[in-house]
Amino acid sequence: MAIKKFITGNFYEEAVLFPAVKKVRRAGYKVHDVYTPFPIHGLDKELGMKDTDLHIAGFIYGITGTTTAISFIGWALARDWQINFGGKPFFSLPAWIPIMFELTVLFSAVGMVLTFCWLCQLAPFVKKDHFNPRSTDDTFVMAIECTDKTNEAEAIAFLKEAGAQDVQIQSRETGWWFGRYDRETVRFGKKVAAV
Amino acid sequence: MSTSTTEKFIPAKRYNTIAFALMVVGVIAAISLFVTTGGEGDHDNRARFWASLLQNSVYFLLVVNAAMFFMCATTLAWGGWQIAFTRVTEAIASCVPVIGVIALVILLALCFGDHHTIYHWTDAEHVAHDPVLEHKSGFLSKGFFATVTILTVVLWSFLGWKMRQMSLKTDEGEVVSTLEKRKKFVWNNTVMAALYIVVFALTVMSSVPWLWIMSIDAHWYSTMFSWYNFASTFVAGLSLIALYVVFLKNNGYLPLVNKEHLHDLGKFIFAFSIFWTYLWFAQFMLIWYANIPEETVYFKPRAEGIYSAIFWMMLIINFVAPILIFMSRDSKRNYTIVTIVSVLVIFGHWLDFFQMVFPAVSPTKVPMILFDMGIGLGFIGIIMFVTGRTLSKHALTARNHPFVKEAVIHHT
Repeated sequence: MAIKKFITGNFYEEAVLFPAVKKVRRAGYKVHDVYTPFPIHGLDKELGMKDTDLHIAGFIYGITGTTTAISFIGWALARDWQINFGGKPFFSLPAWIPIMFELTVLFSAVGMVLTFCWLCQLAPFVKKDHFNPRSTDDTFVMAIECTDKTNEAEAIAFLKEAGAQDVQIQSRETGWWFGRYDRETVRFGKKVAAV
Repeated sequence: MSTSTTEKFIPAKRYNTIAFALMVVGVIAAISLFVTTGGEGDHDNRARFWASLLQNSVYFLLVVNAAMFFMCATTLAWGGWQIAFTRVTEAIASCVPVIGVIALVILLALCFGDHHTIYHWTDAEHVAHDPVLEHKSGFLSKGFFATVTILTVVLWSFLGWKMRQMSLKTDEGEVVSTLEKRKKFVWNNTVMAALYIVVFALTVMSSVPWLWIMSIDAHWYSTMFSWYNFASTFVAGLSLIALYVVFLKNNGYLPLVNKEHLHDLGKFIFAFSIFWTYLWFAQFMLIWYANIPEETVYFKPRAEGIYSAIFWMMLIINFVAPILIFMSRDSKRNYTIVTIVSVLVIFGHWLDFFQMVFPAVSPTKVPMILFDMGIGLGFIGIIMFVTGRTLSKHALTARNHPFVKEAVIHHT
């Protein structure tokens, strides 16, 4: 995966962040993401993010679970090994509905967790890195992706003007990868001190 | 399009005409039902007329009362989003005294009249030879029935009126002029809502449908029957609120309401449709599994007998339709789809009540359902008229309510 350059800025207030996002986007910069310690209402809309399709995946996993349950129980109890339970019919749907429901929930829950991890590139031994560790604590970190045409000095000035602090240029490898991020200088380039 | 928050609803001439036309339909249906079946004839025939009145009055009373429950439950949770259309909820809840009186007359007539055909536990001679009913006579007695029924309707009406008065007072602005007063208002409102919830829990959620509906099958019992009735009417009540919100929105009222609020109402309808199904199934499956004759006797005519078409159709309308149509976000935010689902759900739960009442009253043949629908339309006319009248009396938006900002900035 390619190594990309980002300009990061730190915001302390929601009231500063929202207009800044608007300004930066209107100026034509590509906002890679904004990292926040907690979910902020309306930020996804402000960033122009598309609604997630995770719930569609959840629906598909769910009906897969229902189908698995009914086809297996149906095959086992009504076809392969018929047992007479208190005179009930072999194909006794009401008794199976709780199990169908449970498998629906199980499949959709587990499937959605795995899909979510995959979408967020989370897995055992996959290393994640922060542009600024404070985004896990008390500040909002905006990362602007630089292209060939980005004038870095101008972008830094623009971000500072919009209210950002600790503005930095950082390099990151995109996508997911294995390894120890504290040792792999190759993947980060050199850290640039605050400008 | 007007956007003022002080504006009142002005019912169009057509609105009231439709309301009166529906009431006339109801009266005609009731009269023709009385003439063709009422009073005389065999057992089924005599019960037919009163059962129809019972089903419709109880159903629509519980539906409008569900609006009251919605208002108090959200108040108790200190919700803010529903303030945007709280006057609509209040207006629907204001039908409780009107339909309450009608239901009261019908229920007391059934209890004290000599029509023992519906509540056969009111027949002292019959009870004397029936050890099961004899054993239940503490609960299924005329005195207890009348006391609970009167108390229920009076308390619902009174607490609903109190909640409405509290809400209206905010329009003058005096009770919410300072922070201290606002806090006090919210506290008082919460206490009143809590009182109502207690009454509601002791009535609809636990006892009243046992007396009003379940006692038609006096030998049969299901402890979760009331709770199940609550779920049924709550979904229908939410749909009624959603219908009115859409209707007013389409006519340019309710400036603070947007798709976010409708989306949340849709979520409520979606969630409680599933909740209803859960209760329905819990009741059904336990009886099906245990297979004890004294319990299965209830489902025999419904699920397998002549009522099976209505029984299964009701399940499709009340469960399959809402879950599939309302699953996606976009459909809950679409006025047309919300309207369609709301109408379906109100009709579906009406069918649910139909199949609760009639298999016990008329086990040998399914009665002509059009008469019951006609009487149902009459009740809808009453709801339309009373709600419209209440809406037109005061501002449509509770603009000074302390939580109105939460309603404005609400998004899902």
